[in-house]
Amino acid sequence: MDWGFIGSHITDYTAGAWVTLRFGLYGVICSLVLGLLCCLARYFRVPVLKSIAHGYIELARNTPLLVQLFFLYAGLPRVGIRLSAEACAVIGLTFLGGAYMSEAFRSGLESVDKSQREAGECLGLTRAQNIRYVLLPQALATAVPALFANVIFLIKETSMFSVLAMMDLMNVADTLRTSGGHTVEVLFMLAAAYLVLLLPVSLAATLTERRLRYAGFGNQRTV
Amino acid sequence: MEPILRVKDIHKSFDGTGVLKGVSLEIHEGEVVVIIGPSGCGKSTLLRCINGLERIDRGEILLRDRRISGLEKDMHLVRQKIGMVFQSYDLFPHMKVMDNLLLGPTKALKRSREETEAEAMQMLSRVGLADKAQALPRTLSGGQKQRVALVRAMLMHPELLLLDEITAALDPEMVSEVLNVVIDLAEEGMTMAIVTHEMRFAEAVADRVLFMEDGVIAEEGGPEEFFREPRTERARQFLQSFTYASARKKEKADSGNPGSGKIR
Repeated sequence: MDWGFIGSHITDYTAGAWVTLRFGLYGVICSLVLGLLCCLARYFRVPVLKSIAHGYIELARNTPLLVQLFFLYAGLPRVGIRLSAEACAVIGLTFLGGAYMSEAFRSGLESVDKSQREAGECLGLTRAQNIRYVLLPQALATAVPALFANVIFLIKETSMFSVLAMMDLMNVADTLRTSGGHTVEVLFMLAAAYLVLLLPVSLAATLTERRLRYAGFGNQRTV
Repeated sequence: MEPILRVKDIHKSFDGTGVLKGVSLEIHEGEVVVIIGPSGCGKSTLLRCINGLERIDRGEILLRDRRISGLEKDMHLVRQKIGMVFQSYDLFPHMKVMDNLLLGPTKALKRSREETEAEAMQMLSRVGLADKAQALPRTLSGGQKQRVALVRAMLMHPELLLLDEITAALDPEMVSEVLNVVIDLAEEGMTMAIVTHEMRFAEAVADRVLFMEDGVIAEEGGPEEFFREPRTERARQFLQSFTYASARKKEKADSGNPGSGKIR
């Protein structure tokens, strides 16, 4: 292992990690919002919207991110819509992530007993109040593991951003590798960089899950 | 006097199967109406239609002069006036008892927290649960949960309270602690429609008994006449199903016959 090479390129990797993290997080946040909206449309069977949400989810889940990014970056300009690489990156990741987040939220909402919703309705709560105070807190407790898994999955999917010529971690490594030798060092640092980014997320997931378990609401869960 | 609730010839079916086949009733202020009948007769569905949890196919439900069809956009405004308690308590498991109680009054009715909290504490102590205000629902017994659920509904100051088999999931020794609360409410003049299988309680609390059978009200009357001398054969049979012949008496009567006592 050529430690000198690693030391001299560490700044390239921190720059790449910043791109990965920044656009990964934008995508994750937008995915959470889009996912929640789609999930609510389906859960409350909102006419028209529920079908649109369902169709979108199947389309997004069953096509690779690479294809979605190509479509945004190379396809859309043909019909006159030109987006920056960064915009394509965030839109593409959100398109993919929204579908996965929606399903994670839905698994949480479906696990909340229907009678909870009715109990909220019987108290005269509006639908929004019922969602906010009664349904979502309980749904999130169940959905948290799946939501965190999606966050990690989406941040890893940012490695596709290299096709948009963005200098994310993957592209930094690719560039270094093709510019001569040091393949082992380049890949070692790449793996290490993703680990440094994602291990804290995994840890946060474990801690949140444990907290929720000990907070135990007592429904479908033995304490 | 104008009735609080008027139900006129309502029909409701699920997947083509008629559950309510023309039910009409009126409930006056301060009146306690008990609805009994065999399971599947439509009594729970009737309650659920009254506060719009189910849409009716035909007919009309009026709370004072407000129509309830289950379709209204502002259904929550009507529901604020109708309390409902279910068999399965349905406390919110992620909230302490006090937060369960305050949610409706503070969010739906926008009442002040302090004022509601004082009232909630007072009602909790009346049902013997003052020390449970900060407990999570899962630490309570079934009977305690159901008393909390009753307080939660009452804190909305409903004009009408619907109770749907509220003791059906309870261990027998907890039934009376819940029903005594209901009897207190009745004495205070709360207007209620109660579905129950507790016949002694029904007799004690009812101003009027409705016997439902196969989606219609088959018999209606005061509790004394109804429980002593039901007019319809079907109601008589139903009431008989709550009494048992003594097994030992049967043994004695059979002992004369040769071959009795053997398992057939």
